[in-house]
Amino acid sequence: MTTNDIQNEIIDNFSLFEGDMESTLFYLMDLGKKLPAMPDEHKTETYIVKGCQSKVWVFPTFIDGKVHFEADSNTEITKGLVYLLWSIWNAQTPEEILNSELFFIDKIGMSRMIGSQRSNGFASMIKQMKLYALAYKTKGA
Amino acid sequence: MLNNITQIRAQFPILHQEVNGKPLLYFDNAATTQKPKQVIDALQRYYELDNANIHRAAHTLAARSTEYFEATRKTIQQFINAKEEAECIFTKGVTECINLVAQTWGKANLKPGDEVLITTMEHHSNIVPWQMICEEKGAILKVIPINNSGELLMEEFDKLLTTKTKIVACVWVSNALGTINPVREIIQKSHAVGAIVLLDGAQACSHLQVDVQALDCDFLTISSHKLYGPTGVGVLYGKRELLEAMPPYQGGGEMIKEVTFEKTTYNEIPYKFEAGTPNIGGVIAFKYALDYVNELVKENIAAHENILLKHFVDGVHQINQTNNNAITLVGTAANKVSVQSFNINNMHHFDVGMMLDAKGIAVRTGHHCTQPLMHRFNLEGTVRASFALYNTTEEVDVLLQSLSSIIKFSNR
Repeated sequence: MTTNDIQNEIIDNFSLFEGDMESTLFYLMDLGKKLPAMPDEHKTETYIVKGCQSKVWVFPTFIDGKVHFEADSNTEITKGLVYLLWSIWNAQTPEEILNSELFFIDKIGMSRMIGSQRSNGFASMIKQMKLYALAYKTKGA
Repeated sequence: MLNNITQIRAQFPILHQEVNGKPLLYFDNAATTQKPKQVIDALQRYYELDNANIHRAAHTLAARSTEYFEATRKTIQQFINAKEEAECIFTKGVTECINLVAQTWGKANLKPGDEVLITTMEHHSNIVPWQMICEEKGAILKVIPINNSGELLMEEFDKLLTTKTKIVACVWVSNALGTINPVREIIQKSHAVGAIVLLDGAQACSHLQVDVQALDCDFLTISSHKLYGPTGVGVLYGKRELLEAMPPYQGGGEMIKEVTFEKTTYNEIPYKFEAGTPNIGGVIAFKYALDYVNELVKENIAAHENILLKHFVDGVHQINQTNNNAITLVGTAANKVSVQSFNINNMHHFDVGMMLDAKGIAVRTGHHCTQPLMHRFNLEGTVRASFALYNTTEEVDVLLQSLSSIIKFSNR
């Protein structure tokens, strides 16, 4: 699936809740549980995403031209947000990650859901994952 | 007791709205209280009818705004039973009050080796200004420890208090824990060794009777917006002899007697410390908040709030009985105001806060600007519910039911 296909699927799934905040949060927290476990030894200071209120770790690897992410957070809602990004970008090429526009964020009403402080943290996650992709692209080129 | 709660709630327009499709339940009163209609109307009236700069021009509007501004000073003087109005200085908030004292009294009086005593439960705004001035003057900052309930260890205070102690800067009521500190004892003992006492009254003044003469505190800081008044207004009470001896804080208009390029002489207190155009509308409207609290009578407000606190704590104990002690209360001092910090085990406080918000319930989550206190409890933060005069036991019931359902969800 392309990153756009995955985003459209996310939008469809969130639309089922018709903007009801509580069920949306429950859903988001359940999504977080689907993130593959991240080994503790990768949860180091180096891999913490700076700018998040909660702790978020992203650990990248580059295998066969694709970026693979391990990720985790110490709060459940944030972990759900991390899962959304992971589901879109894990095992994609650096180009696909760098060129993808995350239109799902506005479509699911994320800012209303997570507030401005968390929005900043979410932007930091996006930036960090794109930076890893850029690094691999530069290295690969 | 407040027995006209429906009538009281009707005076707070903001309470009558839905958040996330649910009726708003506002339990973040320790961060800021909501404003009664009287305060909102006063603000609007000032800008519609009276707006003019104070203490200066000869015209009618200026005379009117000056009169109203000074009327608030009179009201706050009576509210805290200061000897005279001149001992009440308007600032933009408690943070500025404390910085003012640290940068003026501290600058003039602290010497290398002198000690400044604070408590473990201080808000950052009663830590950082003292760290800054201590660093500048070579003075030493010492901290009174607390027990696991969140009460000061007074025997440790006795040991820390020496003739080296020049000021004890102490929070009267902890914003994170709700603990009421034994400030009378602290003041008496501090004075006995020649130290002065600054009380951070940001949280205390909306709950407790304030009588600065009976307490004999040297400074007291007051926040308007935690007392049902506008934001951007604070009051620093200080004893006349201290304020007079202190150098000015900021230079500018209002604080001068005469300016020449060679030398400036300073105005009398309180104006010496009120450089620049203040938040005139905010100060004027603050009077209406004080009048409002006076009208309801503080003892009645406190009695009502204590019922809410007890109702909440009892409810938590009940939840814990059937849920394997899922909620840990943080701050269980015997002497408390209506503030309760807690955590749900195995859940991050941010998640709890967000889930409550989804139910229309506003609480504070995080470290509450008291990181050293959180470290003392080995916590990153807590959820904090703080109750005010317009909250009801029915609202507290909704909070308790919501916490139960969050616990059930977390056990999924």
